Amino acid sequence: MNARQDNGCAGPAEGYNFAYLDERTKRMIRRALLKAVAIPGHQVPFGSREMPLAYGWGTGGIQVTAAIIGADDTLKVIDQGSDDTTNAVNIRQFFARTTGIATTTRTRDATVIQTRHRIPETPLADYQILVYQVPQPEPLYKLEARRAETLKLHAAEDYALMNVKLYEDIAHWNHVETTYDYPVRVDGRYVMSPSPIPSFDNPKMHRMPALQLFGAGREKRLYAIPPYTDVVSLDFEDHPFRVESQGHACTLCGSRESYLDEVIDERGVRIWTCSDSDWCDDRRSVAGTTT
Amino acid sequence: MYIAVKGGERAIEASRALLAAARRGDTGVASLTVPQLREQLGLLVDRVMAEASLYDPDLAALAIKQACGDPIEAAFLLRAYRTTLPRFGYSMPIDTDAMQVRRRVSAIFKDLPGGQVLGPTFDYTQRLLDFGLMRGDEPAPTITPAVLDHAHPLPNALAELAAEGLVEPCVPRAGDPDPPDMTRDPPTYPLPRPGWLQMLARADEGWVLGMGYSTQRGYAYTHPFGGDIRFGSVAIEVLPDELDFPVEIGDIEVTECQMVNQFTGSAAVPPQFTRGYGLVFGHGERKAMAMSLVDRALRSPEFDEGDDSPAQRQEFVLPQGDSVEASGFVQHLKLPHYVTFESELQLIRKLRAEVAQRAAAMAFEERETPAVVAQELA
Amino acid sequence: MSPQPLLTVDGLTHRFAGARDGRPAVGDASLALYPAEVVAIVGESGSGKSTLLNCIAGRIAPGHGDIRYRDADDRWLDVRTLSERERRTLSRTEWGFVEQNAVDGLRMGVSAGANIGERLMGQGQRHYGRLREQAYDWMNRVELDTDRIDDLPHGFSGGMRQRLQIARNLVTQPRLVLMDEPTSGLDVSVQARLLDLIRTLVSRMHLSALIVTHDLGVARLLAHRTLVMREGRIVEQGLTDRVLDDPQHAYTQLLVSSVVMP
Repeated sequence: MNARQDNGCAGPAEGYNFAYLDERTKRMIRRALLKAVAIPGHQVPFGSREMPLAYGWGTGGIQVTAAIIGADDTLKVIDQGSDDTTNAVNIRQFFARTTGIATTTRTRDATVIQTRHRIPETPLADYQILVYQVPQPEPLYKLEARRAETLKLHAAEDYALMNVKLYEDIAHWNHVETTYDYPVRVDGRYVMSPSPIPSFDNPKMHRMPALQLFGAGREKRLYAIPPYTDVVSLDFEDHPFRVESQGHACTLCGSRESYLDEVIDERGVRIWTCSDSDWCDDRRSVAGTTT
Repeated sequence: MYIAVKGGERAIEASRALLAAARRGDTGVASLTVPQLREQLGLLVDRVMAEASLYDPDLAALAIKQACGDPIEAAFLLRAYRTTLPRFGYSMPIDTDAMQVRRRVSAIFKDLPGGQVLGPTFDYTQRLLDFGLMRGDEPAPTITPAVLDHAHPLPNALAELAAEGLVEPCVPRAGDPDPPDMTRDPPTYPLPRPGWLQMLARADEGWVLGMGYSTQRGYAYTHPFGGDIRFGSVAIEVLPDELDFPVEIGDIEVTECQMVNQFTGSAAVPPQFTRGYGLVFGHGERKAMAMSLVDRALRSPEFDEGDDSPAQRQEFVLPQGDSVEASGFVQHLKLPHYVTFESELQLIRKLRAEVAQRAAAMAFEERETPAVVAQELA
Repeated sequence: MSPQPLLTVDGLTHRFAGARDGRPAVGDASLALYPAEVVAIVGESGSGKSTLLNCIAGRIAPGHGDIRYRDADDRWLDVRTLSERERRTLSRTEWGFVEQNAVDGLRMGVSAGANIGERLMGQGQRHYGRLREQAYDWMNRVELDTDRIDDLPHGFSGGMRQRLQIARNLVTQPRLVLMDEPTSGLDVSVQARLLDLIRTLVSRMHLSALIVTHDLGVARLLAHRTLVMREGRIVEQGLTDRVLDDPQHAYTQLLVSSVVMP
């Protein structure tokens, strides 16, 4: 696969509006996004449309990307940190067909990055937008399924339930048991679900120079973190949030700072490789060890 | 040497080719045509139109063919198509009292104005497999086209009851506010009745059936009677801005069910029967009837009936009823989740290590008490 | 100068939509509750006492009448016009509500310690160690075995669940506690000990309490004053001893005389 496919923006395929959605829908989504950016971490309901990919497979992220993407953008799509997983391939093809814009696997070259379940290891900059695919936008849903109720809890800044969950974890396991989708407090106000990224990635959200947008298509909510916003993982004073090292290095590039996938290779040996394929490729090409 | 997995795109292409072959099946067998599906699998076409909230029998038949007969996949195709269609506006409310009725039954009267019109239904058949159909025998028609197409308006069975004040009146809410459009606006719970009726109308039939059935089995029993259940065609009229009279743009077939339910009264109002309502595209009596049971259960706050039962809870019944959403999210578990799983593995290994450590420490302590040591020395 | 009441109810009336004969569940109820005072509302089932309690708690919006509460800052609040948010805040700080069925008043899916600590966490307390200490402390005060601090309420007996519910409510030192049949459904001996506990806590903490009960013995033991309800109306009220020993209304006389003395 080419690192960067430059179609010179050939435009959308026949019969499609640019990025599939009609202009009114895009405007509706942008208005919702503006509201979301103005109230960091607050879930804004929006009229999610049926998309040609199934609910639960990224329709929220796709609608957000479709609403903001322009002819001069360069798009990167990753799932589990990789550009080559089936979901990432499917979504990248969807945008290639409906926009004709340039796509890339290189984080630095992308202006819009749509992601499922990971934040890229390469620090993002202020010319970039990170669009997260979110399955369940409501951080309190496991404790309170009713939306009518959680709406009131957020409005009243009543997050007792969230703290109760953390207390229980510590009482039972001596650790917080939440290893992914670890709830965060945004700009000191709203508690937000960062989507099922590993808690390893949580610190990256804090004061990130890039704009972070979150889309939940099936649940019909979107939310946002403006650049350079405080994002703090929930914890107790005497049990602070900590990122645990996996204790291994990447077999391919030697990295000890990136999130690693555990893989059983053809010989039956357990090895560790960077989940972020672009990061790993980068390090290897710098070290002159690309295969 | 470990080679990172590549070639996801090629694998996807191959999968698509396999699907196309599976859809076609044995090429020695004639390919189904869309008109065949439309004409001869009419009830499936109706269900797909209902759950896609798009009335177009030809497109529904095409979706069924493309989806290899899977009704939820077909509804999904049709809904995705619906998203791309331009919207000119809203029609006037359909008048089901003016319906050209092909079938109408009422369980609350032995006979009534207009009569019991049996129409085409499985209700009076015996469910015996007809092997003649397998051989390709088609029975000679015993019905003339004139009879086949015969339909006329019938007065609603509840009209008399309503005139006497025995059943609650059907009136718009104060101020006659515009209903929300649940295909455009996200739901905000608790929804007003027009909102939940829309969601039920396009909800998965199996789910609504189960919910309706639950009320009959005691989970919020509402004492239902089949007041007027009818199927036929209704005219669609729009009111263009330039004209001040409505213009008929066509007609569609719908099935409507008006249930008569548990009566109630208060200091202000003498006892009256209450209503439950169901409406679907095409011929779908099961769905319309189940919908009317659930509608009445969801009205429980109006009558101070509480919400102990699932069918009385909006947030239980409505979001989970959308077949396309439910199918997507349940099946999304097939997508890679190995990153989140890895973080779980990390934690569980750590916890197990701690348990093992504690057990070892305890065993060590137990070993080293003077009594134990003395015993071992002895 | 006589002290100001903590709570006043004036002309409270409420009808349920499905009522057959249009009779109100609560008709023209009026009462006042003073600081550090316990008032019992007694009556048979269907008398409207629970409905009255739920109206006072803001859980039911009554058709007519006035409910006013004087908060910790000495402001009079109209319970009927409180915003949802204000009502929720009050019910987690200055008010407590002990449910008849502990399952309705506890989080059955979290541990005893978490149940007790929840209100404190809601007030912003974020030190795990200190939260746990307070949970231990309260478990001692309600005579629950502190070894069970991490156990789920599922494994607790009815009496233990009620003690847990009481701890959960009292941890924020509320000024007003509403109790709906707090001891019914429990064994007689368990009831007796629980009533003793409630009496001790209420007097030590100078709580005001409104206790709904069908059991005159509960009123006798806990309440300074007693209201008797029948078919939605308060037919008699006064000092508990006076109402029970010298009932004036015919219905009260009937109630009192039908109590089986052990």
